[in-house]
Amino acid sequence: MEFDVVIVGGGPAGLAAAIRLKQLAGEKGADINVCLIEKAAEIGGHILSGAVLDPSALNRLLPDWQAQGAPVNTPVVEDRFLLLDESRSITVPDWLLPDCFLNRGNHVVSLAELCRWLGRQAETLGVEIYPGFAGSEILYDEDGAVVGVATGDMGVLKDGSHGPNYQPGMALLARYTLFAEGSRGHLGRQLEDRFRLREHADPQTYALGIKELWEIPPEKHQAGRVIHSVGWPLDAQTYGGGFLYHLRDNQVAVGLVTGLGYRNPYLSTFEEFQRYKTHPALRKTLEGGRRIAYGARTLSAGGVQSLPRLVFPGGALIGDDAGFLNAARLKGAHGAIDSGRLAADACFEALTAGRSHDKLLAYPRAFCASPLFDELQRGRNFKPWMNKGLYLGSVMFALDQHVFRGKAPWTLRHRAADHTRLLKTADCRPIAYPKPDGQISFDRMSSVDLSHTRHEENQPCHLTLKDASVPLRVNLAHYDAPEQRYCPAGVYEILRDAAGENPRLQINAQNCVHCKACDIKDPTQNIVWTPPQGGDGPNYPNM
Amino acid sequence: MKILVAVKRAVDYNIKVRPKTDGSGVDIAHARMAMNPFDEIAVEEAVRLKEGGIATEVVAVSAGPATCQETLRTALALGADRGLLIETDVELQPLAVAKLLKAICEREQPQLVLCGKQAIDDDAHQTGQMLAALLDWPQATCASGITITADGNRTTVVREIDGGLETVDIALPAVITADLRLNQPRYATLPNIMKARKKPLDTLTPLALGVDVAPRLKTLKVVEPPPRPPGIRVADVAELVDRLKNQAKVIR
Repeated sequence: MEFDVVIVGGGPAGLAAAIRLKQLAGEKGADINVCLIEKAAEIGGHILSGAVLDPSALNRLLPDWQAQGAPVNTPVVEDRFLLLDESRSITVPDWLLPDCFLNRGNHVVSLAELCRWLGRQAETLGVEIYPGFAGSEILYDEDGAVVGVATGDMGVLKDGSHGPNYQPGMALLARYTLFAEGSRGHLGRQLEDRFRLREHADPQTYALGIKELWEIPPEKHQAGRVIHSVGWPLDAQTYGGGFLYHLRDNQVAVGLVTGLGYRNPYLSTFEEFQRYKTHPALRKTLEGGRRIAYGARTLSAGGVQSLPRLVFPGGALIGDDAGFLNAARLKGAHGAIDSGRLAADACFEALTAGRSHDKLLAYPRAFCASPLFDELQRGRNFKPWMNKGLYLGSVMFALDQHVFRGKAPWTLRHRAADHTRLLKTADCRPIAYPKPDGQISFDRMSSVDLSHTRHEENQPCHLTLKDASVPLRVNLAHYDAPEQRYCPAGVYEILRDAAGENPRLQINAQNCVHCKACDIKDPTQNIVWTPPQGGDGPNYPNM
Repeated sequence: MKILVAVKRAVDYNIKVRPKTDGSGVDIAHARMAMNPFDEIAVEEAVRLKEGGIATEVVAVSAGPATCQETLRTALALGADRGLLIETDVELQPLAVAKLLKAICEREQPQLVLCGKQAIDDDAHQTGQMLAALLDWPQATCASGITITADGNRTTVVREIDGGLETVDIALPAVITADLRLNQPRYATLPNIMKARKKPLDTLTPLALGVDVAPRLKTLKVVEPPPRPPGIRVADVAELVDRLKNQAKVIR
């Protein structure tokens, strides 16, 4: 099937691009067909974010969003930044915080709800949206330009044979293809390799966000209250922080973001999050409430130094597939929306000029002239400073922001990819995590249950190993199989026989919440995440 | 032969639902909605009957809020020819749905009505039976196999019953409700989803059909089942037998 533009991924970036293309087509009377595919069973089903939204990008895309009933209606009314140790919390006064940490004028939102609303706007404008279809393969022409994507086959059995309801994937051809898969897109990675998009960029650095939704007693709830924290439970050498956002309807979102550049292989992202909630500063809010949803997703935190080249013949990377998140502002949805809009502008101009399958150079040019670029420039040293430890990092970033106003004469680099930073177990101490109490903290399995994850059982495993001997030979031998601990969904398990001998790696692919942490953190990059059957994966409500 | 398939929009079967905090019902805000899986099986069967040259037209019908259009579009993507939505925001109970379907049957004159044996949200297992009674048509519930005679006058239905299968022969027109093993529904393909967007979908109201859909049952309370007590480890066989006998009272 042929389209003018195919967009892979129905998050804020992909939907913004689709909306912008159709807006321009409407304004200029051009006939442009736009197809958007999304691997979740519905738009928003795989979306997970804090989220505090800076509405500026939405203002630029859909200036009348308020009148159109966008689910952006919980203004931040209280904004606190806490420094935690094991039992105490210190509120950092506003005057000490760099401006980028302040949330005046921002809104507490559910990004999934916002995406569903954007999806409806896009459909009204005539975008063809197909949830339940994963982009599984990039299609190239004989000159090597991208000419579209193929959706995955449905109904393939575990052994690779075709089941009774087998349906082959479809080729979706386009004059331009925009990739909006979010952090660590599996097609985006292939594009980066093939077109050497990272040649002059720092390695991307990532973090894993684990989040729960809670319903809490009304007397403890204040819609629009925003709390961020640094410090405990993460040690000062590990990048990350926690959040507690009060949404509407007595719901709060609580989460912990852990930098995947962490060094101790004994660290468990899941258990760090579970014990985070037991801190008195959080427990007092959560006690008496009930947990209603759970999920996890990685985010790209490298910022402007880690941005790959954005365009290649036939398409572009947008949103977190490229890495527009602003780690210093702890938010990314606005960058995703802006990048989608800018790419769409370039794409529309090319289409109306009769071009196809070439580089949309106007997009990176427009980005460099945009407020988004300035913002990312100002915050560019945040993540590298924080990698030097919480205390030194905070002081230096404060200097960077308060004295130099983000225009310091230096730009710190990200030297090492996250997977190379893991130390061997011989050089690290195990971490003793408390047992879950079943009230505030929980085990992995009951958590995964609340992500409503499902995968067709009898399909080939979508978490592939380049070399099946590496999990034991390298991962278990040197790192005590860290995949058991960084995976927030209990996908990877080392099983032993009754005598505790003969270890083997079991991959419970049916638990996978599509966070991509394994693809990023596996020490030898031996695990490759591929998309399972379309529609499979978590079914997040309003995450 | 025309087949009418009734499809219900229900919470997706992958979603683990929970009662609302005040116990007034089930909280499905933000939950993904999808076609009731048993209805999907009914649609698949109707489409196969059409592909087998037995049926000439498959009409999908749903009742509920405007969002049920999505459910009908799914039925159309699976192969139904046209859709009918009876639009209402009133909470619909099985008897009301059966009355609405009866009114549709009088208009459409199908030879066969197919629907799921039950919906996975309320598990009422009533609509098909009530419809057959209202129409005074034969019925076969929990079907795991359907064969229709060449003249289109009778059907043989294999039913799943406790401990085995029962085969019944009934005259058409009739109501048949689908069980899990009747078939394995196909995946809707992209081209078929695209085509489904162009298939006719008409909207009616209960008022236009002259049906009073006001609820007759009142939900008093919805509560979560009590949590299961954790398992225990027994020291030996003697203790196990003792506990089974005296504590659990499952052996004598």
